Amino acid sequence: MIQQQAEPGPQSNTVHTGHPTPATYFKVAMTLVVITAVEVGVFYITELGYGIIPVLAILSAVKFSLVAMFYMHLKYDGTVFSAMFVTGVALTVALVFALIGLFEFFG
Amino acid sequence: MANATAITHAEGHEATSTGLNSRKLLMWAFLGSDCMFFGTLIATYLIYKDKSLVGPFPEDVFSIPVTSVSTFVLLMSSMSMVLAYSSLTRGNIKGFRIWIASTALMGMTFLAFQTFEFRDFAQHGLTPKTNLFGTTFFTLTGFHGAHVTGGVIWLLTLFFLSFKSGGVTPERNLDVDLAALYWHFVDVVWIVIFTVVYLFGVFEGFN
Repeated sequence: MIQQQAEPGPQSNTVHTGHPTPATYFKVAMTLVVITAVEVGVFYITELGYGIIPVLAILSAVKFSLVAMFYMHLKYDGTVFSAMFVTGVALTVALVFALIGLFEFFG
Repeated sequence: MANATAITHAEGHEATSTGLNSRKLLMWAFLGSDCMFFGTLIATYLIYKDKSLVGPFPEDVFSIPVTSVSTFVLLMSSMSMVLAYSSLTRGNIKGFRIWIASTALMGMTFLAFQTFEFRDFAQHGLTPKTNLFGTTFFTLTGFHGAHVTGGVIWLLTLFFLSFKSGGVTPERNLDVDLAALYWHFVDVVWIVIFTVVYLFGVFEGFN
């Protein structure tokens, strides 16, 4: 579990609620490395078959979220920024499934 | 003066009627739209990768150990980028220079891995013209590589600006904050590409 050690954010008129310390950044980096190692390890378990898709998708989503929340400071910045990015990501996911569905059933 | 009018604070930041920095808002809008750009490229890759009539196919060319190392390098570059920003906001300009130079170096290392990979694929007979897999793969990873290249140029520009008086200062940390957001975005896009393109592309359990 990543401890939230916050320090006052830099002076700016952007809504900040404090930024993590370098120690927290390091813990996040190590978590990302461990998850990547798990991903590669899981990849070699051929018995999983198509079961690997949700496992790797979840691990990838966790990595994505960690970077967005801690390194891109979405956890600490204004909610408008989060809303803009999450909207973009949600539209992207919908777009990918729509395109795949379109070509799968009508292509 | 009306609240809606932007004024300049002593720190050099502009106040806006929304309370949100306009430059940062623009960057987030760009990143949200860039997500969709990469989404279309990923979807196109997924649709066409198994429709190639001739090889090489993903399992013939991908090397997961090599790509894992380049992924590790890019993840570490994100950490050094955030440490560069952290150093700057603490007023440690020397630390900022060290970390941002490290980030740019790791970005260049990632690009070197990509160049090596592309050359290796070409030696296996896979080029953008070979088949649908090659076309969609090179388009997707090529655009990501172009984003990384743009990011490296941005980081090196900030590094050299930091030697100029008033070029990069703790008070004007937003310049670095925006570059950091862009760099982390490049990282999260690669997180998705590594899983969807590489790991799903050659998993033996699907065959």
